Parts: sequence; structure tokens; C-alpha cells
Amino acid sequence: MKLHTIHILVENRAGVLSRISGLFSRRGFNIESLAVGTCEEAGMSRMTIVVLGDDAQIEQVKKQLNKLIDVIKVSDITDQSTVARELALIKVAAEPGDTRAGVMQIANIFRAKIIDVGAKTVILEVTGDSEKIDALETLLRQYGIKEFVRTGKIALLRGQKGIKSMK
Amino acid sequence: MKTGAKLLVESLQREGVETIFGYPGGAVLPIYDELYDAPIRHILVRHEQAAAHAADGYARASGRVGVCLATSGPGACNLVTGIATAYMDSVPLVAITGQVPTFMLGNDAFQESDITGITMPITKHNYLVKRAADLGQVVKDAFYIAGTGRPGPVLVDIPKDVMTTQLEAEPPIGRAKLRGYQPTYEGHALQIEKAVSLIGEAERPLLYVGGGVIASGASEDVRRLAELMLIPVATTLMGLGTVPCDHPLNLGMIGMHGTEAANYAVTECDLLIAVGVRFDDRVTGKIDAFAPNARIIHIDIDPAEIGKNKPVDIPIVGDAGKVLQSIIRRLIKKEGRETWLARVRHWKEEQTVRDGDDGLSPAYIIREMSDLLGDHGIVVSEVGQNQMWAAQHYCFRRPRTWISSGGLGTMGYGFPAAIGAHFARPDETVVDVAGDGSFQMNIQELGTVVQYKVPVKVVVLNNMYLGMVRQWQELFYDRRYSYTELPAVDFVGIARAYGVDGIRVEEREEVRPALEAAFTTDGPFVLDFRIEREANVFPMVPAGAAINEMIGRRQA
Ligand SMILES: Cc1cc2nc3c(=O)[nH]c(=O)nc-3n(C[C@H](O)[C@H](O)[C@H](O)COP(=O)(O)OP(=O)(O)OC[C@H]3O[C@@H](n4cnc5c(N)ncnc54)[C@H](O)[C@@H]3O)c2cc1C
Ligand SMILES: Cc1ncc(C[n+]2csc(CCOP(=O)(O)OP(=O)(O)O)c2C)c(N)n1
Ligand SMILES: [Mg+2]
Repeated sequence: MKLHTIHILVENRAGVLSRISGLFSRRGFNIESLAVGTCEEAGMSRMTIVVLGDDAQIEQVKKQLNKLIDVIKVSDITDQSTVARELALIKVAAEPGDTRAGVMQIANIFRAKIIDVGAKTVILEVTGDSEKIDALETLLRQYGIKEFVRTGKIALLRGQKGIKSMK
Repeated sequence: MKTGAKLLVESLQREGVETIFGYPGGAVLPIYDELYDAPIRHILVRHEQAAAHAADGYARASGRVGVCLATSGPGACNLVTGIATAYMDSVPLVAITGQVPTFMLGNDAFQESDITGITMPITKHNYLVKRAADLGQVVKDAFYIAGTGRPGPVLVDIPKDVMTTQLEAEPPIGRAKLRGYQPTYEGHALQIEKAVSLIGEAERPLLYVGGGVIASGASEDVRRLAELMLIPVATTLMGLGTVPCDHPLNLGMIGMHGTEAANYAVTECDLLIAVGVRFDDRVTGKIDAFAPNARIIHIDIDPAEIGKNKPVDIPIVGDAGKVLQSIIRRLIKKEGRETWLARVRHWKEEQTVRDGDDGLSPAYIIREMSDLLGDHGIVVSEVGQNQMWAAQHYCFRRPRTWISSGGLGTMGYGFPAAIGAHFARPDETVVDVAGDGSFQMNIQELGTVVQYKVPVKVVVLNNMYLGMVRQWQELFYDRRYSYTELPAVDFVGIARAYGVDGIRVEEREEVRPALEAAFTTDGPFVLDFRIEREANVFPMVPAGAAINEMIGRRQA
């Protein structure tokens, strides 16, 4: 069992997201994260799904996704050379003084931006791979994390290679 | 100017639709108004579930796309079991439902249900059509998706205002062309080469064929391959009729209630050629013990079926007929193979498992039926023991003459599916082999057969039990018959009340005359056979056991 990153190109039609999420839940596949948005091709969206499974399960995931009429292309990019990013917003308890200074220092190390400052909290914005965000979360826990949201992972192949609609 | 409803009906005609099974209601009134004088025959059923099953039976008997129609809300929801049945057995179906007007969608309007949401996991694809101008192309695409590749049901949901919209100009309809849907028909050349050499080398090959062969129209190709290379053939429940039952290479049905010959052969074979089958658990039993000594070639049009339940050596994605033809072209005739064929013949002849043949035994009734109908019958079944007895004892010789709910196992399927089969093949005698429980799940369709003079014959194997469940209780639950007994029902009386003739049969001598009476009557007929109440279906492989571990051996 390992985490796989699956890239899907879909027709941007009503219901396509529920077709895909429904397929995952019905067939008992484990989604870790899912990110979706429109892309450079008109009428299409790109999805990046992180899913946990062994080779046989991932093979089924890909084949079942391919059977959906609105799905144009499915690629497992786990072992390919990619750039992948997640974004997280973290609201941390940080009273002015030593605590806040500590939080800002950690933010600096992680190249996280402070995007909101309140009386007792600050909000950090950070992008990076999943491990980096996990690490930041762990470090900030000592101060008290009030709220934490993260997008799913998005990814692109490096260089000339790309995932296009030509099936 | 024409309305969406008119465009819909014209689109159906363009697809060659002659018969629709349906039930009206508020949200489909505009469509019904168009049907009133359209050259399409509409069969009014008594329950929407029956409309879906009838369209399914029509499709299975003819190989064409079946069509059913229902109103929004309760009407659409009543189709669900029928759609799921068709989905599990890969049957081409287009289901059309009415919907509340677009401006009310999502408001819990009167008779609103999210039928596209509900049927998403049980359709090959579905549509909610929000613009009348799209209707023509949607219908074209829906029929294309339903009937090509691995067939399956497609639902088209149409809000009422879309039906009444006046279209200024009719938008042009292109060929169905879907970027995300391109089925593969030709097998991969290299894989075919590999298959050819494996078949050439094999000493104990076995063909394992099913519903995909029937769907492909490849029965003849299977027989040619079998005869050319001297390969015995085991069929799934869905593949019965591929090879004539009395063909020397035919081993009969494989699986939980399969023959000894088929189940032993799959255990001993060194090459399994699986064609249009999906390694269902009712067939394989304990999966690791299925074909344990064999290399496996799997030919299937759906890549997702290959390797789903069992790893295979040579996967070939493609149409069964096309792939088999390419394989056959490259093979040279095999001579000999005496040892393997003798072993297989031995299992066939020494079959130790027999159904009790005395009294009013179901096996006897089915065999008499088979004898009388010869090659002029289509047998449809309900679900349970009746289904297995029909599968085991009827001699099927042609494809599309056996119609049964295999994957979902839907009680109540048979009677309406038989009605559909009649409209597809009016030249054949259509018989529904029924259980007393199953028949009562859609018995209201007696009204339909009377109204349209549908000459379907219902053969009820009446054991006054939910027999298949009772059998499991007898064998695995210490004979504790918890809620499986059904009080006697006078099926002949019910039939008569609807205006259908019938006979109750209690003695063995009456079996043949009663069947003759039913088959020579022009109209519908109900036969109520009071069979031995605790007859069992044998052989049987208990759930989870290896496929050669059959129980229930009774000497004849
Ligand atoms: C009470 C009960 C008992 C049962 N007992 C048994 C039993 O003992 N034995 C048994 O066999 N079944 C039994 N069944 C039925 C069982 O549940 C399955 O429905 C059945 O085994 C599946 O048959 P199949 O493998 O032929 O596949 P089907 O469901 O018919 O599927 C067809 C396959 O062919 C493929 N295909 C479709 N079109 C093409 C094409 N053109 N070219 C190539 N491939 C194509 C599809 O992708 C699919 O994989 C029982 C059912 C019930 C209700
Ligand atoms: C709709 C539905 N409900 C329940 C079942 C479970 N089930 C399978 S076989 C069976 C008994 C069928 O009884 P009957 O129609 O009398 O057939 P018999 O087995 O007695 O021949 C039942 C309840 C089913 N297959 N379908
Ligand atoms: Mg019964």
C-alpha cells in the first residue's frame, strides 16, 4: 500500500465531481485528497487525486475512472518527475510578545506568509509539498492551532511532457 | 416550430425504436401527448419496475436497445431496481424519465426526486437535459453509449418545461462522438499471437464463456474454436445457449450450481480461455482455488474486468467475436487430445449428482418443457431454485433464448422480462419459469398480458416456500425455516380473475398434457405446478468453498 497521485482530465460537465467521488466511495477506494479546477483547455478541468492502495487497487481505480464517459484521460504520475504543491492556511494562537515572535520565526523558516494579524491570533499561509505542511503543523501545535485548512495536492509533470486531451 | 417532446419522439424514431414500455404521470404528459399519434408502440405496464424489466427482456431477446419511460418522483424511483438489474448484466437500455420544471429543480417540488443522482452508480451514464435544443444529440449519444462497447443502461431525465419549450430551429445532430468514450474492439496483435501459441501448446485447455459472447454475437466463433482445437466448453449462467447443450464438447454450466464436469474441468485444466466473463464469485468459489493449475487468457471488451478478481497471463481487450476470429485464423487444427477429452467425458457420464426424479420433480417438469418446445422457445426465469432448475435441466441450443437476472438476482424480473421478450421475438414461445415468491413480486402484469394479448406462459414451480432461502436454512441454519414459508396461493384463480387461463398440476402424469395445453393456447397461460416442497438444487458449492467441493450428491 502506498500513496499514488492520479491526474485526471475531465469534461467540465454538471455532476462530474459527484461521478468521480461516488465511484471512489462505491468501490471502497481511499481518497486522501482531491483538488479540482478549470484549466487551459476550454470545457475541461484537471483533477489531482491522492489515493492510497496497492498496485492492483490502483490499477482498478484507473480503469474504473476511465470508464466514466466524462473522463478524458487518467494518468498515475506517482513515479514521474513532477512539481507538486499544497496550500494551507493556519490560524495560530499568538498573543503579542514572545509567543508571537516564536510563531513568526517558525513562519520565516518555512517561508510562510503572515496574512492576517488579530489581537490574539495570526493566520499563516504556506505552500509546499505535503511533508512540509505536516512539519509546520506539528511545530505550531505547541502554540495552539485554532483552525487549519489545506487544499489537496495539485501537480504538473516537469519539462516538455504534459497531460493533454488527445486520448 | 416544434416542442422538446416532439423532438424527443422523433429522435427515438430515428434510433429505430418501435416499442416503448412505460407508465404515464404529470411530468411526462407532453411526451404522452406526442406518443398518442406517433408510429411507436407504447405498452402500458402495471408498475414502472415492470417497464424497466420488459425493456430489458426486449433487449436481451433481440440484442437491440430497450426503452422504458416513467414520470418523475415515484415513477422514476420505481425504475431503479430494473435499471440496476440491467446494469449488473450489461444490458443495453435507455430509460427516459420526466422531471419537475428546471426552475423548480432542487426545491423539493411535488414529485421531485434526484433520479440522476440516485442512478449514478447503476447506469453506464446519465443525463439531466436542461435545454430542449440538446435533446436530439443527447438521445443519439444515449443510444450509442447504451448499445456499444460493454452495453449498459443510460438514463435521460427531462424536466417538463424542456418538453414544452418551442424550438425555433432544430439543431443539427452529429454522429455520436464522445471524447471520453472509445471502446476497443480489435484485440492487440501481440497478445493474440501469445494466445495462439498458448492454445497450441496446452494439453488440458478449457473454454469458460459467458454473457459477453452472447452480447458480441460470438457463439458461432466459440463453437468453431472448440471444434478446431478440441476444447471442452463450460458456460456461465449468462452464457447458456452459446454451445448447444447436447454438443459433445459442452460441459454445461460452471459455478455454484454448475455441473461436476465443468467444475472439475476448471480445477484440472492447464489453460483457461475466458471469453466475455467476469470471474463472478458465484462462478469461482474460493478464488485461489479456481483454475489453480492453469494459465489464463481473458478476452473482454471492458479492460476493468481483466485482472479484477484474478490475475491473468494474457489479457486481451476487445470484442469477443473479433478477437476469437483473429485467433482462429492463426491456429492449425488439433488432432487427438484423447486423454483430456476422455477424462472430461468420464465426468459427464458419471455425474453422481442427480435431482430426485420421482414425484412432481422440478427437473422432470423442465425436461418435459424442453422436449416440447424444442427449438422454438425463449425461457425467461425468476430468481431462486426455479432459476437454477431451468438453467440446469433445459436444453438450450441457441443464444438469446435464455433470459435471467444473474448479477442482481432480482425476484420479479422474469414475468415482465418475458413480456418484453415477446415483443422483441413474437415468433417464439416465451415461457417464464417462476417461483411462487417471485411471481408474486410482479404478478400485477397479468393485467398487461391481458390488455395486449401477450401469449406468455408462466410455469410456476410452486413449493410454497422462498425455496432458495429455505434450502440455505436447511443446509446451513439447522433447518430453522425463519420466515420462508408462503401460504398456498391459488395462481389459477388469480389468473382467471384477470382473464388469463390456467391449470393447477399435482400429478406427474398431468405434466405433459398441461404443458401441451399451455403451448397450444393462443393467449397467455399460467401453470401452477405443486412441486415436491423441499426439493433442493444440487450440486451445490457452499459459499467460500473451492469450486470442486460440491455437496448434495444423491444417487439417481
Ligand atoms: C441464485 C443464483 C445462483 C447463481 N448461480 C450461478 C452459477 O452456479 N453459475 C454461474 O455461472 N452463475 C450463477 N449465477 C449468476 C452470477 O451471479 C453472475 O451473474 C454470472 O456468473 C455472470 O456471468 P458472466 O461471467 O458470463 O458475466 P456477465 O455478467 O454476463 O458479463 C459479461 C462480461 O462480458 C463482457 N462483454 C460484454 N460485451 C462483450 C463483447 N462484445 N466482447 C467481449 N466481452 C464482452 C463484459 O464486460 C462482462 O465482463 C447465479 C445467480 C443467482 C441469482
Ligand atoms: C427482490 C428480491 N428479494 C429477495 C431476494 C432473496 N431471495 C433469493 S431467492 C429467494 C426465494 C425465491 O422464492 P421463489 O420465487 O418462490 O423461488 P424458489 O426458490 O422457491 O424456486 C429470495 C427471497 C431476491 N433475490 N430478490
Ligand atoms: Mg418458491
